[in-house]
Amino acid sequence: MSAEPNRRSWGRRLVLLVPYLWLLLFFLVPFVIVLKISFSQTVLAQPPYVPVLDWSAGWQGLTDFVARLSAEGYRLLVSDPIYLLSYLKSLEVAAFSTAILLLIGYPIAYGIARCPRGLQPVLVMAVVLPFWTSFLIRVYAWINILQRDGLLNEVLLRLHLIDQPLAWLASDTAIYIGMVYSYLPFMVLPLYATLERLDVSLLEAAADLGCPRWKSFWLVTLPLSLPGVAAGSLLCFIPIVGEFVIPDLLGGSRSLMIGQTLWLEFFNNRDWPVASAIAVTLLALLLLPMLLYERMQQRQLEGRR
Amino acid sequence: MAQDSGGPEPAADRRPLVRFEGIAKRYGALAAIDSLTLDIWQGEFFALLGPSGCGKTTLLRLLAGFESPSAGRILLDGEDIGAVPPHRRPVNMMFQNYALFPHLNVERNIAFGLRQDNAGGREIADRVAEMLALVQLRGYGKRRVGQLSGGQRQRVALARALIKRPRVLLLDEPMAALDKKLRGETQFELMELQRRLGTTFVIVTHDQEEAMIVADRIAVMNQGRLAQVAPPAEIYERPHSRWVADFLGEVTLIEARLGPGGTVVDSALGNLRVAADPALKPGAKVWLALRPEKLRIGSDRPAGEVNALAGTVYEIGYRGDMSLYKVRLADRSLMKVVLANTSLSGRAPFDVDDLVWLSWPAEAGVVLTQ
Repeated sequence: MSAEPNRRSWGRRLVLLVPYLWLLLFFLVPFVIVLKISFSQTVLAQPPYVPVLDWSAGWQGLTDFVARLSAEGYRLLVSDPIYLLSYLKSLEVAAFSTAILLLIGYPIAYGIARCPRGLQPVLVMAVVLPFWTSFLIRVYAWINILQRDGLLNEVLLRLHLIDQPLAWLASDTAIYIGMVYSYLPFMVLPLYATLERLDVSLLEAAADLGCPRWKSFWLVTLPLSLPGVAAGSLLCFIPIVGEFVIPDLLGGSRSLMIGQTLWLEFFNNRDWPVASAIAVTLLALLLLPMLLYERMQQRQLEGRR
Repeated sequence: MAQDSGGPEPAADRRPLVRFEGIAKRYGALAAIDSLTLDIWQGEFFALLGPSGCGKTTLLRLLAGFESPSAGRILLDGEDIGAVPPHRRPVNMMFQNYALFPHLNVERNIAFGLRQDNAGGREIADRVAEMLALVQLRGYGKRRVGQLSGGQRQRVALARALIKRPRVLLLDEPMAALDKKLRGETQFELMELQRRLGTTFVIVTHDQEEAMIVADRIAVMNQGRLAQVAPPAEIYERPHSRWVADFLGEVTLIEARLGPGGTVVDSALGNLRVAADPALKPGAKVWLALRPEKLRIGSDRPAGEVNALAGTVYEIGYRGDMSLYKVRLADRSLMKVVLANTSLSGRAPFDVDDLVWLSWPAEAGVVLTQ
C-alpha cells in the first residue's frame, strides 16, 4: 500500500535531482575553480598560477594550499583605475543599449501582438530568423556594412545626406548598433509574450469606462506589460555587461568594456588570477539584477494567484 | 395569437430610452443580426435571451459601441449614437469574465470610470465608498482583485460599471461564472438593486430561467432575429411560435388541423378541444402546444375533462421537487407531464409501463401557426 507512493516520491526526487546535478557540474564546479584561481598568484609556469592543490599530499597539501592563497588579484583590481573604468564602461553601454532596445523592441512586440492571429507566428519567426546564422558571421557582416566604403556610407552618400564617408567602425556608435541588432530578439520575445496574453476585454472595459484609446495604453497595456519589460531588459542588460565579441570587433580601443579587459588579462598578460578576479567581481555585480529578476518573477506568480 | 409585446410599455407618445432601428450586423456573408427593430424603455430590466450564436451579445456590444452596425440606427434618448465612440457613450458594461484590471486594487478598479472624468479626489472617495456599500464589499477596497472569490469579483465588476450612473447598464452573462446556488441569490440581489436605482438594465443570457426571474421583458432571439418580445409570463404561456415554445421550458407539440368553428383541432390523436381564437381560420395547419404542468395524470379516465388521452408511462425523470413523466400515446408519440412530488415516501405514484390517462381543459393548450 505504501510502496506505490514511495516509489513515486523516489521518481520525483530523481527528477528534481537533474537540474541540481546540472547546476553543480556546469555552474558550481567551474565557478569554484575560477574562484580558486582568483585567489592565486601569477607565475611563469604551467599552469600560470600558484598555489596548485596537491591531492597526493593529503591534509598537509590542503593546509599548504590554503596558507598560500592571496587576494593580490583583487587588490590590483581596486588599485588600478583601468578596471573600475572598464566596469563603468560596461554598465554604461549595457544601460544605454537596454534603453534603446526597449524603445525599438516595444513597438515591434506591440505591433506583432496586434496583428491577426494567423500572421503572428510568421512575424515571431522573422524576429528569431537571424539566429539561424552564426552570431560571429552576423557581427562580421556589420563590419562590412559599417566600413568606410561599406553599404551604410554608400547609401548615405547616394541620398546626399553626407558628402564624405563617415568612420562608423571603431566607435561607440558601432558598438550600440551591434548590441541593439544582436539583442533585439531577447527584448522582443518576452515583451511579445506578455502583450500577446493581454486580455482584450480589459481594453474594452477601459474604453467603456470613458478611457480613450491612447490613454488606455498608459493605464492598462503598459502597466500590465511591465513584467515583460523587466524580463526583456534584464535578459539584455545582463549579457551585454559581459559582452566581448561586439565591442572587440566593432568598437574602438580608447575605452574597453570589462569583457575585453578580462580577455587582455587572460590572453595577453597571462594573468589568470586577475582575469579570474574580474570574472568573480562581474558575477557578484550581476547577481543584484539577477536577484531582482528572480524576486519579480516570484511576485508575479503570487500576484496571479 | 395577436398579442403585442405588452408589459410595462407606456403610452405611445413617450420615447423609448433605447431604440434599435433596422439594425443589421454582417461579418462577411454571415449576418449576426438581421434587420432588427427593438425598443427598450426607461427603468426596464430587459433580457436578451437566446441560444449561443443568436446575436444577443452582438446586440449588446453594438449598444456599448464595441461594434458598429452594418445597417440601421441606434438611438439613445432619441439621439443617434452610431458615431459616438464607446468611451463617450453614457452606458456601462459588466463583462462576462468581469474584465477587472489585475494591476489595480478593488478601490482603484471601481474608481476607474470616475477618474477618466477627472472627478475630484473627495468625490471619488465618497462615490467609491457608496458603491462598496451598495455591493456589500465594505472593507475590501484595498484588496487585490486576485485575492477575491468569484462572487466578490462579480460585485466589484458591478460596482465599477455602476459608479458613473450610466443611462443603461449592460450585463453580459453576468452570472455565468457563478455556481448555481450563488447565481440564484445574485439574481434576486440584482433585481433588488435595479429596483432601488431605477437604472435601465439590459442583460444578455442564455439561461431562460435566469431571464424569466430577473427581467420585466424578454427579447427571445434566434439566428439574428427577434423571435418574440414580451414579459416572461407571456412568453412562457403565450409563445408566438413552436421555436419559442420549445426554447423556453418543456412542451409537447401536436401537429393538427383547425376544425370548423375553431374550437377543435384534428390530429393523429383524434379531435382535441381548444380555446377559440378569432384570428385563426378553420382548416389552417396548426400545432397544439401543451406545457407539462398544465396536464393532469391519473390511473382512471377522468370525468368532466374536455380532453383525455390514454397512454403508458415510458420514462420518468426524477428532479426532487417534481418528476417529469414521458407518456407514450396511441400514435407512438411522447407527451410530457410534470407531477409535483408532494408525498414524503419518495415512491412514484406511477411506474414505467403503467397505463395512465392524461387530461386537460380546452384553454390549457396554445394553438400555434408557425
